[in-house]
Amino acid sequence: MQSFQHYAATALLAASALSGVTPAQAAPAVPADQTAPAPASGAPIDISSKSGPYRDGSFTGPVYDAYYGLVQVKANVQGGRIVSIDVLQYPSDRRTSRAINSQALPMLEDEVISAQSGSVDIVSGATLTSTAYVRSLSKALAQARSQGRSQAQTGS
Amino acid sequence: MRDTRILMGMPITVEIVDAAKAERLIEAVYAYFAAVDARFSTFKPDSEISAINQGRVAPADLSAEMREVLAIAARTKRETRGYFEIQRPDGSLDPSGIVKGWAIRNAADLLRREGVANFFVDAGGDIQSSGVNAEGKPWKIGIRSPFNDQEIIKIVHPGGHGIATSGTYVRNQHIYNPHAPDREIDDIVSLTVIGSDVLEADRFATAAFAMGRAGIHFLEAQPDLEGYLVDARGVATQTTGFKAFISP
Repeated sequence: MQSFQHYAATALLAASALSGVTPAQAAPAVPADQTAPAPASGAPIDISSKSGPYRDGSFTGPVYDAYYGLVQVKANVQGGRIVSIDVLQYPSDRRTSRAINSQALPMLEDEVISAQSGSVDIVSGATLTSTAYVRSLSKALAQARSQGRSQAQTGS
Repeated sequence: MRDTRILMGMPITVEIVDAAKAERLIEAVYAYFAAVDARFSTFKPDSEISAINQGRVAPADLSAEMREVLAIAARTKRETRGYFEIQRPDGSLDPSGIVKGWAIRNAADLLRREGVANFFVDAGGDIQSSGVNAEGKPWKIGIRSPFNDQEIIKIVHPGGHGIATSGTYVRNQHIYNPHAPDREIDDIVSLTVIGSDVLEADRFATAAFAMGRAGIHFLEAQPDLEGYLVDARGVATQTTGFKAFISP
């Protein structure tokens, strides 16, 4: 399992940009099409060890393969804090109907789940079969227990 | 007319709205699922897939249905960079991750060919709906809570799209990593996918769930797929276009 591939979040990309520590002033970012993608495998990126005061400047991370294309970001640090993240490269074959800001990775909407009232025609869920499995198993085990007892009784 | 039977190890529900021959067509749908089970069940020693796994059938002798399913599996593996895999570590093939969606789609096609416009086919929570319900309203589908099987956490109107959910059943919501209690839990417990049909929804629900949290970003990048991911903390992340399917 490739640890990076479990994350495609902006925070991690920003952290990888910082861990890459390539001040843009000192070493301008290589044009994206000349940059070989960084292997998606490798050691997990530990954000916590990279936290703390950052050096001021713009830091360009390596190009990462995020399943659906290559992603590269630049983190801009002022006063030791990340003030902005520029997306230098992002897959362009995305759905055109969606208004994607080329300067920002899409931030997908989060919400805390809550029980919904109202009737539905059908239910989609993965739990049904596993719940049924557990119920069936527990019934089977209960039967096994009672059979065991009755056999024991028969035998006694 | 609605009927539910246990086939392929799961409850399969078929509802046909106001068709004169509903009873016969529902029988035909169940007969189709039984035939699929007979061919693709890895639990049946006399199924075609068991024969393949035991080396009892030459590649040239595969049925058209088996070829189609294996081809879809190979395509899905490419499209998901290996996150969809029917080959088990022991080398045997288990295409059940794709057979369910494929069979539901084919059952829906069977009904459409017979002129049925308003129906749904639900196999183990993966659903193809079409048209409207008995009240003439769009089918309403609830997404089951991964934490409580009696609870619905979202109501969607997939219209003619297919919907599938992959996930695990969570008994205890309060999960934390004892080695890093402050670290955000990134375990995902449920992923619902809406696709152009139930086969598309099913094969990508399986693969994207295996990707973990990145699965929702994978779905976001696909033009015809929308997703609703629930993590172990009970926080859901949705793709940009998912909202269009949410019941108002």
